[in-house]
Amino acid sequence: MQEIFSIFVKSIFVDNMIFAYFLGMCSYLAVSKTVNTSVGLGIAVVFVLGITVPVDYLLNEFVLKPGALAWLSKDFADVDLSFLSFIVFIAVIASMVQLVEMVVEKFSPALYSSLGIFLPLIAVNCAILGGSLFMQEREYQSLEQATAFGLGSGIGWFLAIVGIAAIREKIRYSHIPAPLRGLGITFIITGLMGIAFMSFLGIKL
Amino acid sequence: MSAATKEKEPLFSAKNRKLLTNPINLNNPITVQVLGICSALAVTAKLKPAFVMAVSVIVVTAFANLIISLLRNGIPPRIRIIVQLVVIASLVILVDQLLKAFVYDVSRQLSVFVGLIITNCIVMGRLEAFAMGNKPWPSLLDGIGNGLGYSLILIMVGFVRELFGSGTIWGYHVIPQSFYDLGYRNNGFMILPPMALIIVGIIIWIQRSRNPELVEEK
Repeated sequence: MQEIFSIFVKSIFVDNMIFAYFLGMCSYLAVSKTVNTSVGLGIAVVFVLGITVPVDYLLNEFVLKPGALAWLSKDFADVDLSFLSFIVFIAVIASMVQLVEMVVEKFSPALYSSLGIFLPLIAVNCAILGGSLFMQEREYQSLEQATAFGLGSGIGWFLAIVGIAAIREKIRYSHIPAPLRGLGITFIITGLMGIAFMSFLGIKL
Repeated sequence: MSAATKEKEPLFSAKNRKLLTNPINLNNPITVQVLGICSALAVTAKLKPAFVMAVSVIVVTAFANLIISLLRNGIPPRIRIIVQLVVIASLVILVDQLLKAFVYDVSRQLSVFVGLIITNCIVMGRLEAFAMGNKPWPSLLDGIGNGLGYSLILIMVGFVRELFGSGTIWGYHVIPQSFYDLGYRNNGFMILPPMALIIVGIIIWIQRSRNPELVEEK
């Protein structure tokens, strides 16, 4: 239990998707102009990461890993399908996003309309595929750990985008050198936020 | 017979050359189109992985553009994203296996970022914006051009970070020992991830001061 909690906290703060790995930067920069839209996208990312990472974990464990097919029959015990993982993960993500979109539309039209076009866009958000690939690389031991990692990374991403959106709303009123306006200053602020987040590195869990 | 009598466009006409050179500066995928930043920053602590990553992305963008452009009339618009993803993912698997076979240590350093070329927005973005509506040859050039624009930024950032962060370039020490004796220290800060963002911010700043038409509206 304690280990799950530590994976969760670590993936939010220490291994933050944005500040430590720059994953999902494209939508992070494009959608962070106002707080409202960035909250919508952030929730969608938490949602999708929380679903796709455990699903990809199961696939990795029972289909892709070297020897993973042993449960089918002894003949498959030395089959290694890990080279297929990219294509399997991206297929899972694309279909999950589609599925999540349909479920949300059916059960919570209000959330659906507030997420709008962000849901389909998430399929090509690097943070989602990155979550699955990190899960595979770090070899989490159980489904709970993978879920904690997925949710934690999503929440970390959420925090980052809401933070930068709040700053960008304020910074509209300041005098920034013209060539730095917009994209340039956003990069530099993200860098500074990353430095701030690095102070979490010292935390041992 | 109009098609046959029409004069054939030379392979490197001015228009085609523009496709190749425009993304390097005025329409740079990273600093102007804001595409593909995710992987651009994480691999640039050293020049060598940055270079390998750049080459991989050029290969993937070029061939993905070419293949999608060849298929463009046969792809039903409703499922085009899936088709594009399958093409990109297959190319990336090829690149990944090649890297593992020939430059294993770099491939370890790049870790998940090779896989993340699949969701690199440059590849998807160019497929959507260009290859779906253009002939194969211009698409190939557009892919190479955008790959080169991406590489340029990657190599610039990698160069600065490795030079000031470790005092080396491509793994060779370039800052002489006498500097260190005088009290020069490597700036360990450069190796850390946030500096990549700040360097790209500065590159954007310089580029936009030189090309005022790129400056964003207030």
